[in-house]
Amino acid sequence: MKEAKTALEMYRMMQLIRRFEEEAARAYSLGKIGGFLHLYIGQEAIAVGAAHALEATDSVVTTYRDHGIALARGMTSNAGMAELFGKVTGCSKGLGGSMHFFDKEHRMYGGHGIIGSHLPLAAGIAFASKYTGDGGVTMVFYGDGAASIGATHEGMSLAALWKLPIVFVCENNQYSMGTSLERSISVTDMSTKADAYGMAKDRFVAEDVFEVRDRLKVAIERARRGEGPTLVEILTYRYRGHSMSDPAKYRTKEEVEDHKRRDALNRLRADLDASTDTRAAAEALDASVEAEVAESIRFADASPEPTADLLEATTYVGEFAR
Amino acid sequence: MKSMRYREAVREAIAEEMERDSRVFLMGEEVAQYQGAYKVSEGLLERFGEKRIIDTPITEAGFAGIGIGAAIVGLRPIIEFMTWNFSAVAFDQLLNNAAKLRQMSGGQLSVPIVFRGPNGSARQVGSQHSHSMEHFYVHVPGLKVVAPATPADAKGMLKAAIRDDDPVLFLESETLYSVKGDVPEGDYVVPFGKGRIAREGKDCTLISYSRMVHVCLEAAEALAAKGIDCEVIDLRSLRPLDEEILVQSISKTHRAVVAYEGWPYGGVGAEVVDRIQRLAFDELDAPILRVTTLDVPMPYNAKLEQHVIPQADRVIAAVEAVTYRRD
Ligand SMILES: Cc1ncc(C[n+]2csc(CCOP(=O)(O)OP(=O)(O)O)c2C)c(N)n1
Ligand SMILES: [Mg+2]
Repeated sequence: MKEAKTALEMYRMMQLIRRFEEEAARAYSLGKIGGFLHLYIGQEAIAVGAAHALEATDSVVTTYRDHGIALARGMTSNAGMAELFGKVTGCSKGLGGSMHFFDKEHRMYGGHGIIGSHLPLAAGIAFASKYTGDGGVTMVFYGDGAASIGATHEGMSLAALWKLPIVFVCENNQYSMGTSLERSISVTDMSTKADAYGMAKDRFVAEDVFEVRDRLKVAIERARRGEGPTLVEILTYRYRGHSMSDPAKYRTKEEVEDHKRRDALNRLRADLDASTDTRAAAEALDASVEAEVAESIRFADASPEPTADLLEATTYVGEFAR
Repeated sequence: MKSMRYREAVREAIAEEMERDSRVFLMGEEVAQYQGAYKVSEGLLERFGEKRIIDTPITEAGFAGIGIGAAIVGLRPIIEFMTWNFSAVAFDQLLNNAAKLRQMSGGQLSVPIVFRGPNGSARQVGSQHSHSMEHFYVHVPGLKVVAPATPADAKGMLKAAIRDDDPVLFLESETLYSVKGDVPEGDYVVPFGKGRIAREGKDCTLISYSRMVHVCLEAAEALAAKGIDCEVIDLRSLRPLDEEILVQSISKTHRAVVAYEGWPYGGVGAEVVDRIQRLAFDELDAPILRVTTLDVPMPYNAKLEQHVIPQADRVIAAVEAVTYRRD
């Protein structure tokens, strides 16, 4: 198969994200994880394709559905799982939780909880790249539900006006909580929002992780050349409810099954299984993923909790201001 | 009397007012087909139809503004914020439109609107989802802000809010939704600006509202066992604020602790302390203490979160301090 080595790498990461989250869901039901837990299962091809299209010096910003891109950018499973468990060894020291994964080392600037508010923030990182000429590109992910809110448009408006090196990736999983696309926006082809800002655009279905990578790369390179932002709408689907408390009664079983049949992870695996070499390699990767995820659970369980002195120490730099 | 949960009391108030007045409608995220993110509006779509129970996209500034616009021409909207945290992106609508239109128009316009939803901490939902927004809003003349602690007050005050000709911010609490209590039957309306004695006592006054009233009652029981008899005042209404009930109670106990969720800098507690020291200075035998959320963003870790949120033990310690049982 083409690019067998990359295919295996991408396969491993997609499998890792899925298994990491399946185990996180289990830990949640055991009470080891609290608050909100929004799973990315079904959407893995986007984070992994994106991570393979970006350079290490590029930046990413996303929503509360943030485990996938964090792992794909290089956060360890241990740091991710420990964060979910609220442990001090977690990526945000157990202070952020599922919605607020941060990993400065891998230029992963969060995990954000307020719909749309992170788009201007991401545009700010892109602004800094342009200002300093560091050559970095920022990629910001947002949901279909965020396409209607003001901050999203202010972020795009400024990014387009100032030709900032940014790629807006709309992960259109067709629902915002229980609201289907048709009920939440008048024009359901959300890439058309780009037209209003004179931005380049693209739109496709996330069924093939290579396609995700290659099409995002086009947008990234455009940004890097100083030709301004692109809005890329990627159609996808979340297999689980919005969060752990959502039974997702607003969609039919058939609809979910139909999307699962076109699962990008299974598709990649089927391609790998077509040759005996890559099949054996994929099986070995499955085993290594299982070991990594099991270790992350063990690590998270065994890790210490953050202590109260961290609270003031992380509110301001230096002396606490009253 | 009928026993019901807080969420049912809120729902009943909405339903009764919608029956009574066709100008009343409910608008917000997931209020209709999903039956409410916290199931407050369960069954209302079926009962009132999609013209009056209206799902919105994620557009808080948009639908808050639409509500205000509809209100100045005579409709009586109930706008649900999925949680009050998200009102932050609509802050301008509340501050510059809802609160200002009456005076700015020389009194020509009224803004009969209710904004409602759960406020304050939930459980481990992190720093962006745990805000006590009342402290920002009570600052604003033109807004009324209420935060009932019981199902009865939830029902009676929401009915009053819907009938009010000024904008009312009605603060519920995720952790109160399942609390049960007796609610009077019939057209039960609780006027604003009147606090409630939740527990009578003579040694110290505990002043609170919303969820923290229940924490204060718990603290009062523990203190009773130690021989300190606390009076617990449930303010219910934060703006307008019932000064009379404060002065009366302090004239009896001569000591006070204000306990609520929200940061210690400014806010409702500071306002209460200011009013007491101005109106009942001579009655005080000790400085008034406040028990608040700690002065930091809310952490995710469960133990740290509980450490940051005010708890009964901190209320007890404060009462012991103002009654000079500890230093
Ligand atoms: C301003 C604001 N309003 C409401 C919410 C509550 N909320 C959290 S996620 C969500 C749905 C978002 O859907 P979408 O943007 O499609 O992303 P997805 O969850 O599908 O990844 C809502 C309404 C919020 N976080 N912020
Ligand atoms: Mg969505």
